[in-house]
Amino acid sequence: MAKLTLLGAINNALDQQLEKDKNVVVYGEDAGFEGGVFRVTKGLQKKHGKDRVFDTPISEAAILGSAVGMAANGLRPIPEIQFSGFMFPGYNQIAVHIARMRNRSRGKYPMPIVVRMPYGGGVRALEHHSESLETLFAHIPGLKLVIPATPYDAKGLLTAAIKDNDPVIYFEPKKIYRAFKQEVPEEEYEVPIGKARIVKEGSDLTVVSWGAMLHETQKAIKDLGDDYSIELIDLRTIAPMDTKTVIESVKKTGRFMVVHEAVKTLGIGSELISRVNEGAFFHLEAQPTRVTAPDITVPLPKGEHHHIVDAKRIAHEIKKLAHFE
Amino acid sequence: MLFDHYDPLKKEMFGVLDKDGKITNKDFEPDIDDDTLVHMYKTMVLARIADVKALQYQRQGRMLTFAPVQGQEACQIGPMAASAKSDWLVPAFREAAAMLYKGVSLKQAYLYWFGNERGSRYDDDVNVMPINVPIGSQVNHAAGIAYAAKLKKSGEAVITYIGDGGTSHGEFHEGVNFGAVYSVPMVTIIQNNQYAISTPRELATKAKTLAQKASSYGIPGIQVDGNDVLAMYEATKVALERAKNGDGPTLIEAVTYRLGPHTTSDDPSIYRKETEVEEWREKDPITRFKKYLSNRKLWNKDKEEKLQEETKKFVTNTFKEVEKTGQYGVDDVYDYNYETMPDDLKAQKEAYLAYLKESEGE
Ligand SMILES: Cc1ncc(C[n+]2csc(CCOP(=O)(O)OP(=O)(O)O)c2C)c(N)n1
Repeated sequence: MAKLTLLGAINNALDQQLEKDKNVVVYGEDAGFEGGVFRVTKGLQKKHGKDRVFDTPISEAAILGSAVGMAANGLRPIPEIQFSGFMFPGYNQIAVHIARMRNRSRGKYPMPIVVRMPYGGGVRALEHHSESLETLFAHIPGLKLVIPATPYDAKGLLTAAIKDNDPVIYFEPKKIYRAFKQEVPEEEYEVPIGKARIVKEGSDLTVVSWGAMLHETQKAIKDLGDDYSIELIDLRTIAPMDTKTVIESVKKTGRFMVVHEAVKTLGIGSELISRVNEGAFFHLEAQPTRVTAPDITVPLPKGEHHHIVDAKRIAHEIKKLAHFE
Repeated sequence: MLFDHYDPLKKEMFGVLDKDGKITNKDFEPDIDDDTLVHMYKTMVLARIADVKALQYQRQGRMLTFAPVQGQEACQIGPMAASAKSDWLVPAFREAAAMLYKGVSLKQAYLYWFGNERGSRYDDDVNVMPINVPIGSQVNHAAGIAYAAKLKKSGEAVITYIGDGGTSHGEFHEGVNFGAVYSVPMVTIIQNNQYAISTPRELATKAKTLAQKASSYGIPGIQVDGNDVLAMYEATKVALERAKNGDGPTLIEAVTYRLGPHTTSDDPSIYRKETEVEEWREKDPITRFKKYLSNRKLWNKDKEEKLQEETKKFVTNTFKEVEKTGQYGVDDVYDYNYETMPDDLKAQKEAYLAYLKESEGE
């Protein structure tokens, strides 16, 4: 066991899979020689060679389109998009090819691709460096979308994603890349895709979150103290969604809240609330609540505090929901 | 014509000034009046000092991440000086010097990197598009602005910038091609500063020069010494004349060097040697131009001292003003997303304001 950051755990998983499976390749803009702008892939080129860990031209379409070809011809590509806000030129390849190839070819060409991309705000970044674009992937049939919130899950989910024969979009919450360390097993292990994690059991209210926002929510719950018994769920996989864990929790607590960084309209919160309504309607004691960013473009840093929700806001909304009669 | 004399496929590079500021290419020395020459120089110095200061402020935690321009002043000031006030600048994100010359104020330029959208709101008579972070996409905007200029017969031309790394992007190709097909008044300047973050120019393309890509679009392309402000002026002037005559776009590769980091988050020591940086420091575009002006008796030590002092004061004061703006309010976040705010968004804004009130003191 070693104590690793979330970033270190990703590096460790990539290193291990590059070692174990010669078909794994890792590449992206600046991802080779210098190990990426966040150094997530640091040291991998030196260890595994320039043919398997490499820098690409600045071309998201080529990065993701070539992944389709590599996968069709037997490799397991792990392309990196430098920031999720820059995936758009390559979104075409994700939405029209990566997501559909298995179905179109009736299983002949599965797409064992893991697309890694840092996402999320609160890091005082430039334009296009702070978005939370979960919906744009969760809405496309054929894709899986996972988001780790801890180093342990980062390695386990990435390992599972690499071994998965379907395409997985792997969002990295850059705000907590180096926020804390956790014991991470040296040996290979998987955290199953499609399974949420109950972070903390409780009986009054269910809160679902993921990524960096999970930690804001944890902070809010801590600040609220022992007066509230809150069940906190880390969704971990956005698609396919672990509806069962969420519904069972709401059946127990009768109150439901989802907290996410993304904007409100058609955010993942909308989907979760629909499922809660479908599966636990008669158990609800209050209207389901979403705590999200408003429907506005992510502001530059001098206005970002009005966009992203923080622990204070979450605590405020939890109190309101808990006291709703 | 100038472009016929320099064949990018033979790696022939256009230059006018040597590193001592002497004219080496009499035939193509541009004819620029004295006031303009001095104004060009002063703006280069302003850009440099603003850059050095911003780096300091950033290290002190007073400024956010930004992309320094040091070393690339000539390939920005030359072309801007060759353009008319009504010609457009469509920048990428490392064109602070060009923007200042075109009438973006230092306060606006600083505000952007300070994290305030008002830094992308330039004065009404300034034909400059906001900084463009998504690589390559600005080239298509430039093609569209130029198409509109042609349709309206407005006489405007468009200058757009992109980096060496950016030329790998599909949108670079699509934009230049689109412009060429319709013979729009457009000049694309590639600032080949040798690196795209850590990735060297050789990994962007297998082509020997970036200028030679022009031939595949059926337009002229030329490689220019990007640290030679007079050569950059002349090449752009000829390209703009062509553009305005209806002869279509031109591609200019400015061979230059980024003396600073990619952005303040970057550590260049990982991927390049200090000796390489030193070699390029010898070719500093500002020093070269200063020598030229001194040779022409347009500049001297006293003037330099005065300029340095005044500019530093101006930059320091401007940044103080910028700092005073601090974080901005709720209206600024909500009010500019639509011309008229939809009721649904209004409700979200009101709910947020109510929350701010309710939660006071929590
Ligand atoms: C579409 C897109 N992909 C990736 C990025 C991240 N990025 C920002 S700058 C940069 C390198 C740009 O290099 P170059 O075009 O040579 O310009 P320079 O930075 O040298 O001025 C990259 C990859 C981006 N801004 N946009």
